[in-house]
Amino acid sequence: MTALAALFVRDMRIAVRIGGGALMGVLFFLVVVAITPFALGPDLALLKRVGPAILWIAALLASLLALDRLFASDHDDGSLDLILMGRAPLELVVAVKGLAHWLTTGLPVVAAAPLLGLFLNLDPPAEAALVLTLLVGTPALTFIGLIGAAIAVTLRRGGLLLAVVVLPLTVPVLIFGVAAANSAGAGAALFGMPFTMLCALSLASLVVGPFAAAAALRQEIE
Amino acid sequence: MRLTASELACHRGGRDVFAGVNFAVGSGEALTISGRNGAGKSSLLRTIVGLLRPATGRLALEGGDPELSVAEQAHYLGHQDALKGSLSVAENLSFWAGFFGAPEIDVCKPLDEVGLAGLAALPAAYLSAGQRRRLSIARLIAVPRPIWLLDEPASTLDVAAQERLAKLMKSHLDGGGLILAAAHGPIGLDKAQELRLGEAA
Repeated sequence: MTALAALFVRDMRIAVRIGGGALMGVLFFLVVVAITPFALGPDLALLKRVGPAILWIAALLASLLALDRLFASDHDDGSLDLILMGRAPLELVVAVKGLAHWLTTGLPVVAAAPLLGLFLNLDPPAEAALVLTLLVGTPALTFIGLIGAAIAVTLRRGGLLLAVVVLPLTVPVLIFGVAAANSAGAGAALFGMPFTMLCALSLASLVVGPFAAAAALRQEIE
Repeated sequence: MRLTASELACHRGGRDVFAGVNFAVGSGEALTISGRNGAGKSSLLRTIVGLLRPATGRLALEGGDPELSVAEQAHYLGHQDALKGSLSVAENLSFWAGFFGAPEIDVCKPLDEVGLAGLAALPAAYLSAGQRRRLSIARLIAVPRPIWLLDEPASTLDVAAQERLAKLMKSHLDGGGLILAAAHGPIGLDKAQELRLGEAA
């Protein structure tokens, strides 16, 4: 347990220091959403209709942004060797790193979403639904992304491969996330179905992601 | 405590790195591993800690803690220093101490022993290569473990630091530990057994 706690504290510290990835994701999210109204024009009805989808796409891309260095930086400086030698099960190590990554990149995106929703003319119920879906859905994006990060660990420029591997796997999360966010005003029944699917996807990825990523890491390091 | 290898072989990337390696190292003993570049010195150390799977042969540790693997009773000092540039010297060391299960230790003492006490608050990115190496050596002192696997430990150290390392290794051996070190030249381990890779194979 102390090993995992030490790893969590270290990853959080690195992320919030200069050169860490904590603010990168949320800044990217901000920039993408902020330029969208300029591209689409001042059609408030249109912005309102496509708003949740744009916020979700931006959140998806933002969550992939810093992921490629998650294991690669530990691999490059030799830390990963020592981590693999440790007592802590690799699956839990991967999960702890994923948690620290989500707290520093996913959670700020969720926190920034209400403000950016205003840019896209979302009304309060739609905003609440959007924040709720992002809060439930972004952990799934991070934990699915762990698999890609583990596969790309030994590659110098793994970012592109990561996106190619991970994006198809995140499509269901995107579909149900946007569906739930869009149906906010349409009643509990229409919101509930996609939202429970989103919760299920998130829970499944919390379990599958660390195991798949740990297996990939073991293969890559050999 | 005794670490023995019999007919150990390593196969990587379609070629045999080394084969037929035998050694036995007991408490208080040291083994230096020498050989030309690419002879498999680093691969042998990585095989011992389980980062590489041996193609054939076996590795046994007698007298250790049966609950723990060899890797969990060993310190591995590889080519890379396993330091994060954005963390301070003290934070780097206390992370590894925590990760190795000794979070309560005071990092001042090991840092003092490697001569880095005055730089504890400095981000590790500002350290020179030799200072980085000394900081990773501090890890070995901070958390006591019986087996030290050192991959060219003296490569970037200045003369004074090499002498200090030799002293640390001597006190580790006197305390019943064992050391396996890959090295090109003498690193201050007298009475060490020598294993030459790449000649027998």
